[in-house]
Amino acid sequence: MEPILELKNYQAHFYTRRGIVKAVDGISFKVHPGETLGIVGESGSGKSVTHLSYLRLLPSPPLRIVGGEVRFKGKNILTLPDRQLRDLRGKSIAMIFQEPMTSLNPYMKIGAQLIEPLLIHTVMNKKDAWKKAIAALERVGIPNAEPAMNRYPHEFSGGMRQRVMIAMALTTDPAVLIADEPTTALDVTVQAQILDLLRDIQKDTGMAVVLITHDLGVVAGLADRVVVMYAGHVFEEGSAEDIFYRSAHPYTLALLKSTPRIDVPQGALPVIPGMPPDLSRLGKGCPFYERCGYHMDVCVTEFPTSHQFGPEHESFCYLERPPQ
Amino acid sequence: MSSEVMTINTTTIAPPIQEDDSAGVSLWKDAYHRLLKNKLATFGGLFILFEVFICIITPWIAPYGFDTQNLELTLAKPSAAHWLGTDTLGRDLFTRLLYGGRISMMVGFLASMVSVIVGVVYGAISGFIGGKLDNFMMRVVDVLFALPFVFLVIILMVFFGRNIFLLFVALGFTQWLTMARIVRGQVISLKEKEFVEAARSLGISNWGIIYRHLIPNTLGPVIVYLTLTVPSVILDEAFLSFLGLGVQAPMASWGTLISNGVEVMEIAPWALLFPAITLSVTLFSLNFLGDGLRDALDPKGAKD
Repeated sequence: MEPILELKNYQAHFYTRRGIVKAVDGISFKVHPGETLGIVGESGSGKSVTHLSYLRLLPSPPLRIVGGEVRFKGKNILTLPDRQLRDLRGKSIAMIFQEPMTSLNPYMKIGAQLIEPLLIHTVMNKKDAWKKAIAALERVGIPNAEPAMNRYPHEFSGGMRQRVMIAMALTTDPAVLIADEPTTALDVTVQAQILDLLRDIQKDTGMAVVLITHDLGVVAGLADRVVVMYAGHVFEEGSAEDIFYRSAHPYTLALLKSTPRIDVPQGALPVIPGMPPDLSRLGKGCPFYERCGYHMDVCVTEFPTSHQFGPEHESFCYLERPPQ
Repeated sequence: MSSEVMTINTTTIAPPIQEDDSAGVSLWKDAYHRLLKNKLATFGGLFILFEVFICIITPWIAPYGFDTQNLELTLAKPSAAHWLGTDTLGRDLFTRLLYGGRISMMVGFLASMVSVIVGVVYGAISGFIGGKLDNFMMRVVDVLFALPFVFLVIILMVFFGRNIFLLFVALGFTQWLTMARIVRGQVISLKEKEFVEAARSLGISNWGIIYRHLIPNTLGPVIVYLTLTVPSVILDEAFLSFLGLGVQAPMASWGTLISNGVEVMEIAPWALLFPAITLSVTLFSLNFLGDGLRDALDPKGAKD
């Protein structure tokens, strides 16, 4: 199947006074229509920067896209002029963010904010846009959608605001929805509701969802395929089952071990020793070797090539067999 | 028993959301409704409107000409013929107060508008774009701040000739600097907020973000500062007139009436008192209106 979004050896670096920070350093993955791709990694692994950078949502300078390609429906969008990219953004690729409390303009009514993308990206008039926005609000489960259009953001709770944000992203029927930690700021019961909602909507619309998160539980519940990122590299890619039951990379394994589980009683959670590396001082080797229990001499000098463990399961590690 | 449960259910499930009486989309329509609920602000607004109306119809209602002298009746006390008395040249003070209001109100509003428009646009662009441009634009503001404003006005007058409208523009151009700084500061803190990022991710252009998202969020401080600008330009105009750069005799403004009144304060206190009271009441009204507007424009402020 033709991927809707494809990154090929994509590199985005920050040129700062203290040196070059290689936030995203040569990553490749594909997103197919209708699937949910989970991107997992700890803070600073580059999982958000990847998407924010090619959508040109980060200030440049200091950010510079150094190499690679990002293809949307087969077309490289890195070379698009700003105007066309702006049209793509919000219309074909929509985003939702982690802070629903502050992601809505406090001075604009919900309705006015919801119809804004429609008025910009489509030829719809105000009346039709208004109707479509009401439908979107109803779709995301806002009760009394019509009067809600005339309310201000502060009259809604966090979960409701995240629903409004999702509605806003959906009004233009995007092909890809990038959800950047959509549930991090919400409490657990609301998290579950929002994830259910995302799953339902995806089933209805057939759009692709890229779910960026550091919560493995969220990924397990929602993602078809998973990409594990660390220090600007992809470490492992595979189906959700591959990642959770047949993890091949020591980092993935360490991540899974340090995740609390409700079905296995345990004492103190194991942690991954050490700190994530300083991205401006990376050597040529694997950025994880200092914290890795399996590292070899070759890890210091050269970044590992991909190792295929299944048709869709690959790991960037010299280990030929999955560690136990 | 079961009917009790039923009634409990019907009352607890889905409490009806109250309908807004203000169904408009715009912030301004909403603010207007909220403003009307603030009595002091409504009174202030009505008083200003009343003054504007009086200023417009002044030529038809003034009892005398603004330059009609009666040298036999100089510094007369208020009487039936001259309601507010006369000045040193025997001109009717009531008439001059009416004509002075036209100048002062025009100066106050036009100059403030110039300062708001220039200041908000300049500050918003500077803050939003940031970086080198911001640095350059703010240094320009610093340089203009360092120039004494009288000097600036004199230069403008010399270059473009003396003209009452130029006076408004010149006063506005000396008042926008602080406004620009205030707006820039606001915009810098606002542009880091998530809703701006969200707006960008929806593909809204930079202008759209500045105009629809950032500027409305700066309205509170802008309006408060605006209510401070109006009196200060009215007083600046009086100062310029005193130097001979503002309105020329025999035309009057509230500023010139007050400064003339000060000269004869000991023998004819009414010549100072009435213009001063008029100016004060106007400024009070403006402040009430400004305060009310600020509260009304904040969606979180009042409950409707």
